[in-house]
Amino acid sequence: MKEISNSPAATRALKPETLAQAPALIAQYPQQRSATMPLLHLVQEDRGYITQEDMTWVAELVGVTPMQVLEVVTFYPMYRQSPIGRRHVRVCRTLSCALRGSYALMENLEQSLNCKRGETSPDGDFTLEFVECIADCGCGPVVHVDHAMHENVKPEDAGKFAAQLKATLKDSSYGQNPPVPGTPEWNG
Amino acid sequence: MPAVERPLIYANLRQPGYTVDIDCYLRNGGYEALKKAVALKPDEVCKEVEVSGLRGRGGAGFPTGMKWKFLDRKSGKPIYLVVNADESEPGTYKDRQIIYKDPHQMLEGIAITAWAIQAKQAFIYIRGEFIHGAKILERAIAEAKAKGFLGQNILGSGYSCEVVIHRGGGCYVCGEETGLIESLEGKRGYPRIKPPYFPAVLGLYNCPTIVNNAETMAQVKHVLAFGGAEFAKIGIPGDSGTHIWCVSGLVKRPGLYEIEAGKATFGELLNDLCGGPLDGRKFKAIIPGGSSTKILKVGERFKGKLANGTEFDWAMEDIPLDSNSIAACGTGLGTGGTIVLDDSVEMIQALSNLNAFYAHETCGQCTPCREGSLWLSRISKRITTGGGMETDVPLLLDIANQVAGRTICAHGEAVAWPVQSAVPKFKDEYLESIRKRQQGEAVPTLKLI
Repeated sequence: MKEISNSPAATRALKPETLAQAPALIAQYPQQRSATMPLLHLVQEDRGYITQEDMTWVAELVGVTPMQVLEVVTFYPMYRQSPIGRRHVRVCRTLSCALRGSYALMENLEQSLNCKRGETSPDGDFTLEFVECIADCGCGPVVHVDHAMHENVKPEDAGKFAAQLKATLKDSSYGQNPPVPGTPEWNG
Repeated sequence: MPAVERPLIYANLRQPGYTVDIDCYLRNGGYEALKKAVALKPDEVCKEVEVSGLRGRGGAGFPTGMKWKFLDRKSGKPIYLVVNADESEPGTYKDRQIIYKDPHQMLEGIAITAWAIQAKQAFIYIRGEFIHGAKILERAIAEAKAKGFLGQNILGSGYSCEVVIHRGGGCYVCGEETGLIESLEGKRGYPRIKPPYFPAVLGLYNCPTIVNNAETMAQVKHVLAFGGAEFAKIGIPGDSGTHIWCVSGLVKRPGLYEIEAGKATFGELLNDLCGGPLDGRKFKAIIPGGSSTKILKVGERFKGKLANGTEFDWAMEDIPLDSNSIAACGTGLGTGGTIVLDDSVEMIQALSNLNAFYAHETCGQCTPCREGSLWLSRISKRITTGGGMETDVPLLLDIANQVAGRTICAHGEAVAWPVQSAVPKFKDEYLESIRKRQQGEAVPTLKLI
């Protein structure tokens, strides 16, 4: 997902509220270049990924070359240059979670979500990935889905878990409600 | 006497009904330590922290008071405080609790530290994946500013400090302090070479900078609350305060256990507090302080002499939980992220899992680390998939020996140490794993790579 791809010919403009947030982000820092990462997060939250036009926009705002922004985009695993599925499912692969069965969980999720690791399902609903340690090692295996952190997802419960995720596709309030302590949304 | 916990950092957040808002924190004695701090001169606050014997909680265990002393106060340049909340050492999840459940405790420590080192600007570098955690902190900062604990004219003292949250991008090497600083400047997180880039002299924007771990900030609050001399009585001489043990892996009750330094052993932690191994299993090894620390094998004897002259002869279970004792056994307390492996684990798979992690996370700046981590990962993986040769085992060690000590930052050591410690201890088992696959025999079912 880190390859440099040509931007699709017609990408929509960033939302006005995204553009409006930029000056305040830059003003937080003694040097404007420091705002590169927060601006990229902002773009990705708006569009879902980062285009070359976006990088040029960020570069102009913080006073660097587009190449210097591309360097940042390609260095950090969280930034993407191409769209992903409607739900981004990230299973922790590192030792603590692996000891609790994350490899078996991944195999089961590949079946249940009809999606291979590192890929997006043919219907565009899910992108499934292995990620490295996400700092919740006592509750493994953990699965980070968009903004929510699901703990203790046992390999044998993969089918049930996948069904839960599929149900969120029809939930119009998904991601809109304020998180409640102790829930996956709070821990995300 | 069975091991007992002594919650200090987790005392509040473990109370039923405890919430993240400032009113709840104030009801539980919040920001009283800050009031004590601003009534003292900055130098006096530094002295309290020095006397307390507090050691940083980010993994290296460097004395916090001494770190602050290295600060270049005469340069005339602004001084920055950077809080490392990038928690990314595998096996570690202690800072997450503070951020998500008791953020004001950390903010109070930040305000105290900023006053002590006279920083007018603080940054919290938080893991990019802690999306809601960053929002919790932002809300908490706004609350603290509204009440005069942060921002302009803190508690009427005339002193001001702004705190900014900076989200990372999912990169392990940004937990290294100079990599973190580069990242905060809007660049790739390539660690800087030391000298000359010691953060206390040439840190953020080439200005004097103190980088402290998130939990260290929470500990500083308690140093001021107790007073340095009283705080030093918690734990043992040379390692004061509490350590939060993040136990994960194959144990009955994985979780977070806050224990006074040196007041319990690994055996007590794993058998009493964590309930011992899973049913029908036996412990085989532990990685004591995050994945980069050297592995300890069950059944090994650790013999030697402590700095105070005491001779010891311990099994893994007997090692006291303080940084000096653990270091004397050839490993480190690190971040307290203890990963437990039992007899269902095939050790080459466990090693391969970690090698894959370090190969993924190397920043690529230094050739030994970039190439070495990749080869370690490939070779250990090929053993697990049946393509291994007997010569691969000494080869792993040979590569690791060429990485450690030859890189800009400690990622090189982090790559090498798991291999350097595990190969001599589990060599026979690795050879057995190779033989079994060559002869088509059954291998353990738990898949780790």
